[in-house]
Amino acid sequence: MDVRPARPKPNVMHAADLLVPRPEGLYCPPGDFFIDPTRPVARALVTHAHSDHAIAGHGAVLATRETLDIMAIRLGAGFAGTTQTAVRGETIGLGGATVSFHPAGHVLGSAQVAVEKDGFRIVAAGDYKRSPDPTCAGFEPVRGDIFITEATFGLPVFRHPSPLGEAQKLLHSLAQFPERSHLVGVYALGKAQRLIALLRAAGHAGPIYVHGALRRLCDYYASRGVDLGELPDATVGRGRARDFAGQIVLGPTSAFAGPWVRRFADPLIGFASGWMQVRARARQRGVELPLVISDHADWSELTATIDELDPTEVWVTHGREEALVRWCSLAGRRARPLHLVGYEDEAED
Amino acid sequence: MRRFAELLERLAFTPARNGKLRLLTDYLAAAPDPDRGWGIAAITRDLTLDAVKPAMLRALTEARVDPELLALSHDFVGDLAETIALIWPPTPGPVADPPLAEVIDRLRGASRREAPQVVERLLDRLDASGRFALLKLVTGGLRVGVSARLAKQALADFGGRDVTEIEELWHGLAPPYLGLFAWLAGTGPKPMPRAAAPFRPVMLAHALDVADLAKLDPADFLAEWKWDGIRVQAVSDAGGRRLYSRTGDDISGAFPDLVDALAFDATLDGELLVRRPDGSIATFSDLQQRLNRKTVTAAQLARYPAHLRAYDLLQAGARDLLAEPFAARRAALEALGATLDPGRFDLSPLLPVASWDDLAALRAAPPDPVIEGVMLKRRDSPYVPGRPKGLWFKWKRDPHTVDAVLMYAQRGHGKRSGFYSDYTFGVWTEDGALTPVGKAYFGFTDAELAEIDRWVRSNTTERFGPVRAVRAEPDHGLVLEVAFEGLARSARHRSGLAMRFPRIARLRWDKPPSEADTLETLEALLPEG
Repeated sequence: MDVRPARPKPNVMHAADLLVPRPEGLYCPPGDFFIDPTRPVARALVTHAHSDHAIAGHGAVLATRETLDIMAIRLGAGFAGTTQTAVRGETIGLGGATVSFHPAGHVLGSAQVAVEKDGFRIVAAGDYKRSPDPTCAGFEPVRGDIFITEATFGLPVFRHPSPLGEAQKLLHSLAQFPERSHLVGVYALGKAQRLIALLRAAGHAGPIYVHGALRRLCDYYASRGVDLGELPDATVGRGRARDFAGQIVLGPTSAFAGPWVRRFADPLIGFASGWMQVRARARQRGVELPLVISDHADWSELTATIDELDPTEVWVTHGREEALVRWCSLAGRRARPLHLVGYEDEAED
Repeated sequence: MRRFAELLERLAFTPARNGKLRLLTDYLAAAPDPDRGWGIAAITRDLTLDAVKPAMLRALTEARVDPELLALSHDFVGDLAETIALIWPPTPGPVADPPLAEVIDRLRGASRREAPQVVERLLDRLDASGRFALLKLVTGGLRVGVSARLAKQALADFGGRDVTEIEELWHGLAPPYLGLFAWLAGTGPKPMPRAAAPFRPVMLAHALDVADLAKLDPADFLAEWKWDGIRVQAVSDAGGRRLYSRTGDDISGAFPDLVDALAFDATLDGELLVRRPDGSIATFSDLQQRLNRKTVTAAQLARYPAHLRAYDLLQAGARDLLAEPFAARRAALEALGATLDPGRFDLSPLLPVASWDDLAALRAAPPDPVIEGVMLKRRDSPYVPGRPKGLWFKWKRDPHTVDAVLMYAQRGHGKRSGFYSDYTFGVWTEDGALTPVGKAYFGFTDAELAEIDRWVRSNTTERFGPVRAVRAEPDHGLVLEVAFEGLARSARHRSGLAMRFPRIARLRWDKPPSEADTLETLEALLPEG
């Protein structure tokens, strides 16, 4: 039995023992594992397969089945020494700690990780959102002593509009400019499939063309039962640019800067991202049709989630930590920024 | 309000003129009266509501939002109105979509003291994009890249009319233009142009194709200098005195000195210029000090007094001259000209041209820097609104050219998507560095565009979003021969210079950047003073 002198803030003491920020990522000493390490480590727990959270070269990876599948698609089958599938809600013992995975609502396979020892629990939410998304399991509130939240959109200016309304905006522009190809920049994992699902929900039954970089993940989503409808390749034969007039084409924004885009009729460039809320960002990128669609919690969701889970302490990581910590202090909540490095705001290309 | 807010949002991100026109015509078709009229008035700035100061808006917001969170957000977003629109906390109850007309009505009806409260209540009812539109309306900063001219074109397109018809009517109209819309929709009579001091749509010239000169007889034409000022119409009758721009915008407020001098009953077509203290005519960059202002200060009036150089007469007393031949109008103009205050008016002189060689020689060596070419007008031409064929020609002087070095390239839009098509170029300074002197995005063929694009991609040194910096070294870089119409001093540009109408004349793949021009060469082209 560990004997220590009594401290005025026993939980904080406990917390620092259970998870500590290290240059590689968040580390659990009793379990000897990292969560979403940004450098290769012996044992990694991966919350989701976005490239800034899921890298190749770990000794062992524990993640949901979908996250492991997507990592294999993106990084190759041998992306880790060994892999282990985490089943939703199931408790797994790792050294002196136990862990469990719970849906985060961010992208297909995304999970929060709850880490527990001696009845003390920290929930690392990873990237998450609360608004409904038919392409992945919804966020499951998990109470814990400490809640680790992301803060990508952690400023009160970020209140994402209805995503369906944004999809309708795209369809409206299509009707208004039927001679132009509507090219929308999306992140290949999550955003692409969500936008397709939104367009379907908004009544667009026709083909949605996809760039090669999105193909395998769209197919994978379909294989997991996410119905995306007809998604032909955005490839053209010579001189058939007009085939894409009035059509929706999705691709990584990096492709829009290059020769690839020249095959389309008078392209109208859109971009689906939470950052499109800020006009300067949209203008800077030369976007003609900004669509505010985000897979991250907005300010209302962040603050409502903290209120709902009512943890003893909030740790804030990647994004606008300062503002969310300020909000917590105004609300009388204990909070601190984690200052983890290596996570992008939201991959923009 | 939602429809108007959406329009503003789309306009702000749509760079192409035709795209903007379609957004505007669709808005006019979809929005009901009187909302659409108010929408147009806000865009053309015929409606201004400087109801609330930014400091007041900040105070309203700080009463709702923690000032520290507001400051962090403002830092991130950049624009205060946008920050407030986004950060304004949602209030319980449904979001409203009040008609634009109702919103404007409330704002106009509010006193200075009431205005903040009215704005606050509206902010509570609107959604984020509605709040943004509201805040831009009340602070008078709509900036959506739509000129009054473009809005009139949209009205013309919407009603299937010629834009000169709209221009002719515009000054008799007041928002929300119900009569105009009734006419455009085919449910009402054409509104009458304003009875007092009306605007008459102007006649424009075609650019001369030199090859066509051989087919024209010099004896059929009168020749004049083409002046480098702005085209205006000065109208004075029993009903009032007004100065209009060539598109029918009333610019009287900016030129009270000239308006005061319109002591006649006539409509003059001419060039607005400004004088120097010594009485000589100043250049366009001096004229710019008096343009685009709603009001003018006494100091500006004294420093740059306005002057009208008349070249046509459309009406004199009861005589309407529009249908008369130009030669007859000119004779009448000369008779009237003799009675005008020479301190404010003169006539654009006719040039002695017996042959086209005479004209070419005059054009090649104009006696005055305020001349930008020559004009040819058929002696028998009536005054026809718009740009009729075969009557008037303009033959501009050859542009200046400079050899500059490509420094930055920016990606284009629409048909130029995927190409680096907007070029920032520079010339050498004394200390051997390049300083940017302008930006050009046309003047090259599609094939040349593809070549430049390829060069930009393989010579990139840095990227900033859609912009790339390229190699621009004395022995490695791309030299562009840039043509431009003139040069002015500018405090807003790093080089201290601003080019008028720059475009790419030639690609000088053959020329090493070290042989490009210097800033000194350009400065020598600056007008004196």
